[in-house]
Amino acid sequence: MNQFTRILEGIGSSVLLFGRSVAYLPTLPRQFGRFIEQCYLIGYTTLPIVAILSFFIGSVLALQAGYSMENFGGKQFIGSLVGLSMARELGPMMAAILLAGRVGSAIAAELASMKVYQEVDALITMNIPPPRMLVMPRLAAVVVMMPVLAIIADLVGWFGGAIICSATDSIAIDPPSYFSTMRMFLKFKDVLNGLIKAEIFGLTVVLVCCNIGLNTRGGPREIGAAVTRAVVVSLILILVLDYFVTKLLTWM
Amino acid sequence: MPIAPNKASSNAFSAGNGGAVGIAIEDLSKRFGSSEVLKNVSFSVQPGEIFVLMGPSGSGKSVLLKHIVGLELPTSGRVTLDGFDAAAEETRKQVRMALVFQAGALFNSMSVYDNLALYPREHRMANEVGIRDKVMRALQILSLENAVQKFPAELSGGMKKRVAIARALVMEPQLMLYDEPTSELDPVMSATISEIIATLREQYHVTTMVVSHDRDLALNIADRVGILMAGKLVSLGPPSDLRHPADPRVADFLNPKIDLKNPRFKHLES
Repeated sequence: MNQFTRILEGIGSSVLLFGRSVAYLPTLPRQFGRFIEQCYLIGYTTLPIVAILSFFIGSVLALQAGYSMENFGGKQFIGSLVGLSMARELGPMMAAILLAGRVGSAIAAELASMKVYQEVDALITMNIPPPRMLVMPRLAAVVVMMPVLAIIADLVGWFGGAIICSATDSIAIDPPSYFSTMRMFLKFKDVLNGLIKAEIFGLTVVLVCCNIGLNTRGGPREIGAAVTRAVVVSLILILVLDYFVTKLLTWM
Repeated sequence: MPIAPNKASSNAFSAGNGGAVGIAIEDLSKRFGSSEVLKNVSFSVQPGEIFVLMGPSGSGKSVLLKHIVGLELPTSGRVTLDGFDAAAEETRKQVRMALVFQAGALFNSMSVYDNLALYPREHRMANEVGIRDKVMRALQILSLENAVQKFPAELSGGMKKRVAIARALVMEPQLMLYDEPTSELDPVMSATISEIIATLREQYHVTTMVVSHDRDLALNIADRVGILMAGKLVSLGPPSDLRHPADPRVADFLNPKIDLKNPRFKHLES
């Protein structure tokens, strides 16, 4: 029961924090420097690892599809399988998981240490609301950067699949035919679907990590615990939300 | 209680509109779970006064301070600043108050300059040139000109406290609150900080409340001293009252004798 009330409390405080932060959106032009800094941290620094991982995800998808489709002669459809899987599911998912691990943990650690060392209290007494200075620029930055990360994940994954398809003797599909089947089955709607997912995941990760960071109490040990909790909660939420968002988007 | 009225100066940091504010604490109680930290505390601080709140560790001094800035909400009773409820968020827009935290609470990711410039930038008090003037003057008052580009991690304990005071000063506060400003400092630095607190009040006519267990600070700069023990206000009056306190607990707190024949911890064990 205690655990249940804690979950409800977490949801409630996150929603509240979201509302309060969004209300400060008009101050974005004044905080443009902070917004750009967060774009850099969320987008630019996460980009290389997103690209590397997506490349291998695309490659593995192509390899596995080649192996399993060989039996019923469906090898020529590998392009569409990799295309759809990356765009609808794995691109946004990988970007979100890496965001949680790389950026979410850093946000939780920074805000938790600010809370523990009373910097957040100092902001409050200075009449600078923490949602305005600490949360809103991060939310705005993730909204802008998340689709970029997801699109790059998609593209790199598609090319990874193409390279493996032409380089593996047992598959041996050249890039033009790989991409032509991909074009046949992959619609703009599918990519859009993935981008909507990426936005939802990204916002959730940043919001949850900010909320957990700002609600930390105690000392250095609690900072570590907050980071762990932030990443674990983010990953669980990504996977749970994934199901419901997919359901909603396919139904729409 | 006669309090020498200070003439408000027209200096850069004097409380702009409104001037110094008074604090009224009425029947304030605070519970954390089953422990009662503050028990029906009532007193008031006059505008422009230096009020020192003393008491042993864990007596609820810092919690009381947090109620004044609205970081803690009372279980019962209330705190008002010139009639504004301290628990309301709106009050922070009406009354400019600055709290100097015990550990400084400087922003570790910012240089000393940016720490000081944050408040005027966020509240658009001046343009960058004006802010620079303000910040440099505050640093000058506290002899910190050389620390301007340093980061909090590079400062000594005494410097951190002075930077925290400078940061509070830049806010042009109507109410300055200090949480243990002289703890963990050597005797000379403690005396310096006490002098700074008294001088700032003289020059800028701010209401000042200091939470401390520094006897020298209380006796030398306070207009009035309150003593809090186990969440209750046990003594309130001018510092001269403290030279011969009637209450034996207060006497022991202010002038503890080291008695090796009959040590205190033995009493605690039994």
